[in-house]
Amino acid sequence: MANGILILAEHLKGEVADITFEMLGAGRTLADALKVPLHVAVIGQGAGAVAPKLGLADAVFVVETPGSELPPASTVAVLLKGLVEQKQEGLVLIGWTNLAMGVGSVLSARADLPLVNFCRGIRVEGGGLVVTSQLFGGKILSDVALADGRGIVSVSAGAFPADAGRSDKAATVETVALPVEAPAVAFKRFIEPEAGDVDITRQDILVAVGRGIQTQDNVGMAEELATALGGAVCGSRPVVDQGWLTLSRQVGKSGMTVKPRLYLALGISGAPEHVEGMQGAQTIVAVNTDANAPIFDVAKYGICQDVLELLPVLTEKIKARKG
Amino acid sequence: MNLFVLLKTVPDTVEELTVAADNKSLDAEWLRFKLSDADEHALEQALLLKEKHGGKVTVVAMDAPELDESLFMAFAKGADRVVKLAGELAAVQSLSAARLFAGFLEGEGQPLPNDALVLVRSQAIDDLEGEIGPYLADLLGLPYVGVVTGIVPEGGGVTVTKEFAGGLRGEFSCPMPAVLGIQSAEKPPRYVPIAKVRAAMKSSTLETVDVSTDAPARFPIDRLYKPESAGRAEMIDGSPEEVADRLVDLLANQSLI
Repeated sequence: MANGILILAEHLKGEVADITFEMLGAGRTLADALKVPLHVAVIGQGAGAVAPKLGLADAVFVVETPGSELPPASTVAVLLKGLVEQKQEGLVLIGWTNLAMGVGSVLSARADLPLVNFCRGIRVEGGGLVVTSQLFGGKILSDVALADGRGIVSVSAGAFPADAGRSDKAATVETVALPVEAPAVAFKRFIEPEAGDVDITRQDILVAVGRGIQTQDNVGMAEELATALGGAVCGSRPVVDQGWLTLSRQVGKSGMTVKPRLYLALGISGAPEHVEGMQGAQTIVAVNTDANAPIFDVAKYGICQDVLELLPVLTEKIKARKG
Repeated sequence: MNLFVLLKTVPDTVEELTVAADNKSLDAEWLRFKLSDADEHALEQALLLKEKHGGKVTVVAMDAPELDESLFMAFAKGADRVVKLAGELAAVQSLSAARLFAGFLEGEGQPLPNDALVLVRSQAIDDLEGEIGPYLADLLGLPYVGVVTGIVPEGGGVTVTKEFAGGLRGEFSCPMPAVLGIQSAEKPPRYVPIAKVRAAMKSSTLETVDVSTDAPARFPIDRLYKPESAGRAEMIDGSPEEVADRLVDLLANQSLI
């Protein structure tokens, strides 16, 4: 594999997202092993301002998109394709995030490169790469070989440590002008998260409920436990989609990233989109009826039981212990 | 509005998933299939738009095991037309699936009407080689927005709400026709009793359109396997009473309570 590795940086409101540093760390290791250059593409309005922060790369390419704040995935894909051709890149790493979702698919179709989604790991094998991905809500892993090391890999958040991608070195920045049509989709405005009654990112103790909680009434049982523990209730996507908790209480990909001292996961299977938001918790206790639920792979303590049976008993015992 | 919803079934992960003897696929014998959550939301969003703004909901799906019940359920919920694309489809991945759907949507070379929206799931748990929405939009030359949680018709197009991270969302204006990747409908997917689904099976007809593809898989899976349980949780067993006692002790020992 003689070609370079290109990472699509992710930036929003002037901030570089952690996924960018996670990919940079992983990309550096791969580039050194394969003896190829590591490049970063920063695309969109404000790209030039964030580029210097990406010093771990051998070069950072800046493509500004005047008049198009937050260009749509198809526009980003067309610009990336231009860079891949101009700079002769072999491997493209893109974050598996809400912001970048769709970029890999369009680039794959346009550049005729294979795309591998949900990446949790990449290793060099022979002259090529093997990509490990998480499928079916984290229950199954797959290995896909990119024999010549060419392709697009969509990397899950949290798969690699972000610290390995940070560097004090000033980046070598090159501004690249590429032609692009004005996109049909136009960004209008941000909708800031509603100020919830409780900021779950600041809680020491969180009681999280998932599909296993079954009804809105049962969420009340979880509230009672949270109160007994001196914490707050949060939840996974299905519970918020049902309207049983507000968006401000959602943990995961679209919701909040939380790092409490104690995270009690009740009836949560542990799909990657949820784990992304809570894997940094100090102590995770999971309760689920499915002994094979992926949540037990991230939890410190596991209980294979019906949350609805355990909840009232646990709440009473905690109240008793606390007096 | 002319609303198209593309549906597909995925293995139900509540069931135990077993890797087949070839180590490259799931053991079909034990699989149960269901619509993915995001598909349920895409259908719900289409039905909500129809109820609010009028129009017609057409559901399109590639033939697959245990699909028909989901399709009749779509009828029972209020879909006007349900089309099944049939053929040798076992090895079809997202890009080739997008080609088949594009072929159907463009009919006999007719572009989609100006009031058309194609709603697809934002992502599915088995989209290893990419999501279908962006591929389809690119093939049809239409705009695409993914991770959508709200759609409001405005002018000749729509204003859509897209989720980012940390509760932050963004509003985009998008002309029609368009392809939108739905994350969540504006309301939870409606429930229909099984009796209504059975009634739909008697009164409604699924249309079948034959399609064919010679597109090979873009890459083969080398190995499918279960995650190793290296960092697995320490399991606490016993009755709810015993488990609760043990857990309270553990939490107290770590000064968590």
